Amino acid sequence: MSGIAQQGSQPAGDLVKIRGLSKWFPLTKGFLEQLHFEGGKLVRKRESVKAINGVDLDVKRGEALCVVGESGCGKSTVARVVMGLLEPTAGSIEYDGQRIDDLSAERLMPYRRRMQMIFQNPYASLNPRLTVKQALEEPMRFHNPGIGNGELKDKVQDVMDSVGVDPSWRERFPHEFSGGQRQRVSIARALMVDPEFIVADEPISALDVSIQAQVLNLMMDAMEQRNLTYMFITHDLSVVEHFGTRVAVMYLGSLCELAPTRTLFETPRHPYTKALISAIPKLNRDRPAHIKLIGEVPTPIDLPSGCFFHNRCVYANDRCRVEKPELHSVDGGCRVACHGVQEGRVD
Amino acid sequence: MALLEVRGLEVRFPMRQGELTALRDVSFSLDKGERLGIVGESGAGKSVAAFAILNLISRPGYISNGEIIFEGSDLAKMNARQLRSIRGNRINMIFQDPMMTLNPVLTIGTQMIECLRTHMNMSAGQAREKAIDKLRQVQIPSPEERIDQYPHELSGGMRQRVVIAIALLTDPSVIIADEPTTALDVTIQAEIMELLLALCENSDVALMLITHDLGVVSQVTQRTVVMYAGRVVEEGPTRQIIENARHPYTHGLIAALPERTNPGMRLNQIPGVMPSLAAIPPGCSFHPRCEHAMDVCRSELPDYVMDGGFRVACHWVAHREQQP
Repeated sequence: MSGIAQQGSQPAGDLVKIRGLSKWFPLTKGFLEQLHFEGGKLVRKRESVKAINGVDLDVKRGEALCVVGESGCGKSTVARVVMGLLEPTAGSIEYDGQRIDDLSAERLMPYRRRMQMIFQNPYASLNPRLTVKQALEEPMRFHNPGIGNGELKDKVQDVMDSVGVDPSWRERFPHEFSGGQRQRVSIARALMVDPEFIVADEPISALDVSIQAQVLNLMMDAMEQRNLTYMFITHDLSVVEHFGTRVAVMYLGSLCELAPTRTLFETPRHPYTKALISAIPKLNRDRPAHIKLIGEVPTPIDLPSGCFFHNRCVYANDRCRVEKPELHSVDGGCRVACHGVQEGRVD
Repeated sequence: MALLEVRGLEVRFPMRQGELTALRDVSFSLDKGERLGIVGESGAGKSVAAFAILNLISRPGYISNGEIIFEGSDLAKMNARQLRSIRGNRINMIFQDPMMTLNPVLTIGTQMIECLRTHMNMSAGQAREKAIDKLRQVQIPSPEERIDQYPHELSGGMRQRVVIAIALLTDPSVIIADEPTTALDVTIQAEIMELLLALCENSDVALMLITHDLGVVSQVTQRTVVMYAGRVVEEGPTRQIIENARHPYTHGLIAALPERTNPGMRLNQIPGVMPSLAAIPPGCSFHPRCEHAMDVCRSELPDYVMDGGFRVACHWVAHREQQP
């Protein structure tokens, strides 16, 4: 089976358009605690965790867009905001030409059916008190209130077959399944309503190596058979190299680099992407051979000025410390947010 | 003679339904300054093996058989007092989550000094100096100030460095690291692994690295032991295991990695799941998932076959060897 490589031949077009997306989580404190003395004056200071800061991202129809980055970079927050589970602080999200982030719950409903989410931990995302059948029927009944029992039963059978879970197990509870089987059930639940767009937040990170391969294969098959579009959130770059058509690299809530998978792994441009890719433990290397970064990730409460990455970057100069770089196009269909790359300082 | 030798180790956990055998006939050895990887999926028994070496199996579990010979004496037969002179002193352990290992209400200095004074009979001043020295060795910037901080003031990577520094305090001869980087990001994982490797090489400490990540094993260790359902299925030089694994399970595990398949193609998957310890199939425990399974695999537990530096428990491999 040839899989994702061919998906590029489908009619292109943006399914999801994210523009200037920001999400800040206020660290709410009592009024008195917000007061600080500064220069002899009493000032009120409010702090927030700045999880996403101005992200522009398009998801093309039929692609598997991978969003990668280290813990705390905001990749899961992006997924949740896109799904409408969190409200953005600023920016807009368009789905198939329609702005959806400001819709009422009622008007959002048809879009909710078209986009589904798969979560990381199948132990937490399945209700332990529902049998597999009940868990699978729930979204279907919710979105199609008039559906008949016979049709529903066929659908459950069909979807369970397609994810490789024996339909005769439909009366069993999640605890009777292994981790890999549970994740299959979660995928089945997402597929029940025939979505076109699936956001998968670290869907295989909680699974063992031999099971990861099974679940990834399942997701690739589903993509091919159902013409799905994926937004795949992960920290595991070796999976991205295999699975993704395009990759978005995030650091401290903003995009560093956006490139076709092949190009990104062969010629990473952004200094952070370079370090990230060099750190993947590969089988054919005898020793760790990674690019070292200076210092640590700054806190998203108090973001650095200029380029968020400047205090860890060996190429940083005065411009990087002051001016925040925008994504700009370089050859090979990549977009990089780095003054150094733009000026040719980074090789 | 090997520094640490585990022979025929068997660990059992009594349950309401009967006893579970978590480890069956596990043997391996570790030489001075050697780096050994123990690989397997969750539930394969790799952590149980590490805990058993230090006699840390929690009740009602117990070591029902086997010997753990360290520097000539059997750890499995030692009393608590004798064990204390070895555990945390000659053999140290690094765990997965540094936040769980460090005491959150004590400064890292207090924890380090406590360890030194317990094991090495030092004055508080000497101990503090040595602690600062070790923190410097694990590349913690400005260790004089860091030593008075609490674990929550450090990042995940820094905390794991502190844990490594504590493991090195008593100049042990063996460090057992149980998934030391699983909770960390890739860039930090690479740094910690590089550090661990350099420290072992420079101070001739033997490292037993327990992990599910074959990439990490291939970069750090010299020899690898592969475990499946409580048993060692294969052992050999790491490089050769990666390139030419004999056991179908090891082979499948390596072939299942995304980097072993061209991008966009289906991955090579091993069908099925690892059996639970309560329901280990008769014969070779891998046979229901094995593409080479023969009749004998369903009934007889395979013995080890020695094969040029390898040790493999597989009827199919043995059968193939006998062919001209």
